[in-house]
Amino acid sequence: MTEHTSPIFGNLNWNITPYTDLLDKVTTSTIIGAGAATVLVVGAIGAVALLTWMRWWKPLFRDWLTSADAKKIGIMYIVLALVMLARGVIEGFVMRAHQATALGTLASPESGLVAPDHFAQLFSTHGTIMIFFVAMPLLIGLINFVLPQQLGARDMAFPVLNQVSLGMTAAGAGLIMISLLVGQFGTGGWTMYPPYTGKEYSPGEGVDYWLWAIMISGIGSTLTGLNFAVTIFKKRAPGMHFMRMPLFCWTSLCVAIMLIYAMPALTVSSTMLLLDRYADFHFFTNTAGGNMMNYANIFWMFGHPEVYILILPAFGVFSEISSTFSGKRLYGYTSLVIASMSISVISFTVWLHHFFTMGSSASVNIAFGIATMIIGIPTGVKVYDWMATMWRGRIRITTPIVYLVGFFMLFVIGGLSGIILANPSIDYQVHNSTFLVAHFHNVIIPGVLYGMLAGIHYWFPKAFGFRLSETWGRRTAYLFVGGFLFTFMPLYVLGLMGMPRRSPTFQNPEFMPWMYLAAFGGVLMLAALASLFWTFWTSWRNREQLAVPGGDPWNGATLEWSSPAPAPEWNFPRIPVVTARDDWGAAKRAGDPWKGPDEYVDIEMPANTYFGVILAGAAFILGFAMTWHIWWLAIASLLTMFAALFWRGMKVVEPVIVPAEEVERADKAFREQVAGLTPARRTEEETAQNKGVPDITEFAG
Amino acid sequence: MSNGLYPGLNLGDHETEANEKAEINVFGCWVFLMSDLIIFGILFATYAAYLNPVGLAGGPGPQELFDIKSVAIQTGLLLLGGVAYGGVSLTVKYDGGANKVVLWLVISALLGAGFVFFEVSDFISQAQMGGIPQASGWLSAYWTLVGLHGLHVSVGILWIAAMIAQISTRGLDNTVKVRLSMLGVFWHFLDLIWVGIFSFVFLVPLA
Ligand code: HEM
Ligand SMILES: [Cu+2]
Repeated sequence: MTEHTSPIFGNLNWNITPYTDLLDKVTTSTIIGAGAATVLVVGAIGAVALLTWMRWWKPLFRDWLTSADAKKIGIMYIVLALVMLARGVIEGFVMRAHQATALGTLASPESGLVAPDHFAQLFSTHGTIMIFFVAMPLLIGLINFVLPQQLGARDMAFPVLNQVSLGMTAAGAGLIMISLLVGQFGTGGWTMYPPYTGKEYSPGEGVDYWLWAIMISGIGSTLTGLNFAVTIFKKRAPGMHFMRMPLFCWTSLCVAIMLIYAMPALTVSSTMLLLDRYADFHFFTNTAGGNMMNYANIFWMFGHPEVYILILPAFGVFSEISSTFSGKRLYGYTSLVIASMSISVISFTVWLHHFFTMGSSASVNIAFGIATMIIGIPTGVKVYDWMATMWRGRIRITTPIVYLVGFFMLFVIGGLSGIILANPSIDYQVHNSTFLVAHFHNVIIPGVLYGMLAGIHYWFPKAFGFRLSETWGRRTAYLFVGGFLFTFMPLYVLGLMGMPRRSPTFQNPEFMPWMYLAAFGGVLMLAALASLFWTFWTSWRNREQLAVPGGDPWNGATLEWSSPAPAPEWNFPRIPVVTARDDWGAAKRAGDPWKGPDEYVDIEMPANTYFGVILAGAAFILGFAMTWHIWWLAIASLLTMFAALFWRGMKVVEPVIVPAEEVERADKAFREQVAGLTPARRTEEETAQNKGVPDITEFAG
Repeated sequence: MSNGLYPGLNLGDHETEANEKAEINVFGCWVFLMSDLIIFGILFATYAAYLNPVGLAGGPGPQELFDIKSVAIQTGLLLLGGVAYGGVSLTVKYDGGANKVVLWLVISALLGAGFVFFEVSDFISQAQMGGIPQASGWLSAYWTLVGLHGLHVSVGILWIAAMIAQISTRGLDNTVKVRLSMLGVFWHFLDLIWVGIFSFVFLVPLA
């Protein structure tokens, strides 16, 4: 981009903001760019002002950012994801609005809201954000919040490492955000294939933004996988055998193992591309022995397992809610466990279906095609298990169930279109068309997004002590289902008509009706997003009526429902001794679930620390400095990271002790409160009668 | 382990808490190395994929660049460094005292440093012969794979230095013992990777 590199500011200069572009030339494209940057700036200033005005800085640091409590870390992950979701959905909408106005002619193809290069940045940031900074933090956040509670543990195996992982993810997200204001983002899509993204064809800072964001957050995700796996292997409550773990824990275990094995591939492919760009290596260049197919291979060794990393936690959520809200035991527990494990293994064997058309032999293609189709089997097993769970159940049509039913209908269509694509000869016809875009949104939105939103709705009371509005929750869910149908079903048709993906323009007027339908769907998706945020807001305003201090609003069966809402920092006054699968349900059947422990002991909790905050801040600055070639700042932030590591490594941090008396006082107060509340019947679940103490005679799980 | 004690660390009979933490930490270390192993695995595969005339791209190849004698010396030094770390573990196990632990740590670090010394001088002479990573895809892969291993060894040496500092300030307490055991897992892992490098990177193309 810039020719003069200054020793102090690197490649930074004043001509790199969307405002300078706007002053240069006023078009809808530059207006949208400057508008987005303004939203970012105003949002940041607003956040600072709010924190100062409400005097929230201190609690923000003391109670949240320095906390090593997995529940709080989980909530922060989800907040991060929701902020990024807002940006991602809006970008999706802008792309749809653009394409609805992008009918060009052969003579002058450029039309529509945004310039072609701007459109390319849009789909690149949109895809990157949605995968790495929405879907991943959503599921990692949910697992963080739920997993220790379901396992009967106090915390993760490595609470401080957990904080570091969150920090790394946030630093990556921050880099993507700042790219809105300073400089440009890459235009290579979320996969950033070289050689296009090599130095020769993409000389600017855009690809570097992507690389640093991905590397930094990727390390965070690897460490998360490690943390989850060790937690599940080593921190289960006594008696919690593997085959007694709730299914959400099982899918978390699969995700953890997959993160450990898949994320390093992404780290390697990104590092190699980085070396090509910064140090003139020849991994993926067109010249001097480079081989770009190696990138495709390594990237998709991560990329394909990644889609199952995204979807498995949602499968866990669906397993929990299908049983809870139909008042029945989960059907086919063992087959669900086996199916989850099979999916995680098979998903590592299919990556080549992402480049069927890039010159492999027919026999290689068909081997990978068959491997791909095989994944449909365990997935199908799961869908039937959930349906069998609901069969003849006393189903309550709560928000999570609306999402589940939406998932049933849409995900199966998405899966089927995937099986179609798994056939190499068909893939040759439709690859890189909007048929593919329709397919992956068709699995990702019902699978990941609906699953995570259902999970958030389900566990929200455990985090904040009050339920979310069911009315608004259902409205949001209907809008997301309807929005999906209108936005993405037309893309199947368009793909079959020959519309390529990632295309800023087209010349075929017959596309237009479908484009309008899809744009209308984009409007519905925006409405769904607004409705989602409204749900949080309106529920917060009604938090008195929606309060569920008893902690068990849905008459649940797993351990996390035995504690108050919000759950105390230590989760359980005594580590429970588990005697059955769905231990809390077994206690209900036995008659007196809310019996307190006979004796209380001191509890050790990890102390708060600034370690993660410092590392995250330094990592963010490192990424920014490297993107802009500000070498001194990069070195300074690296040294800061080393110093922080060294300081932490040399020191033994003593845990905080919560004295037995305090635990006893809190726990006894909770038990008294439960005893004083009238149990709510199932029919009263959505009313203010539901104080989180269900009528246990109705428990049938 | 039937008595609930973590093996080989002498963490004391009654402190089951310490034993449990040791179990978690050392297991975490293993899991971490499993993902590190994937990184090396992909780099091995990459190296193999570029080891052909296209990848060499007319640049200098293994025959010109590799000095098998130096590589043999490196192998010897690194593996002896692994043996020396055995001294650390045994001393901790049989309560041999902090001084002896430090002595074995110093020996391990010196052997590791000798390895790094020979490796770096190889790199320098290769670069002088035109074997820089910018010369070809194969050389990019070679430098990245072998360099990453060398970086690991250097980090291991720094880690040893940090452990010596901790022993001198705190003595051999439980935390230090657990950390020594994690360092041991890491240090031996580097031997394992090196055996792979020695065979696939050096012997295969020369054979
Ligand atoms: C919510 C409403 C959404 C809308 C309106 C939307 C719209 C779009 C559009 C128009 C594209 C570009 C297609 C093209 O280039 O031809 C796209 C690409 C993509 N979307 Fe979405 N999307 C939405 C949600 C999501 C979600 C929830 C995810 C994942 C969690 C996601 C992941 C992706 C990915 C990975 C790409 C590919 C980007 C690339 O080509 O590199 N999207 N989306
Ligand atoms: Cu795939």
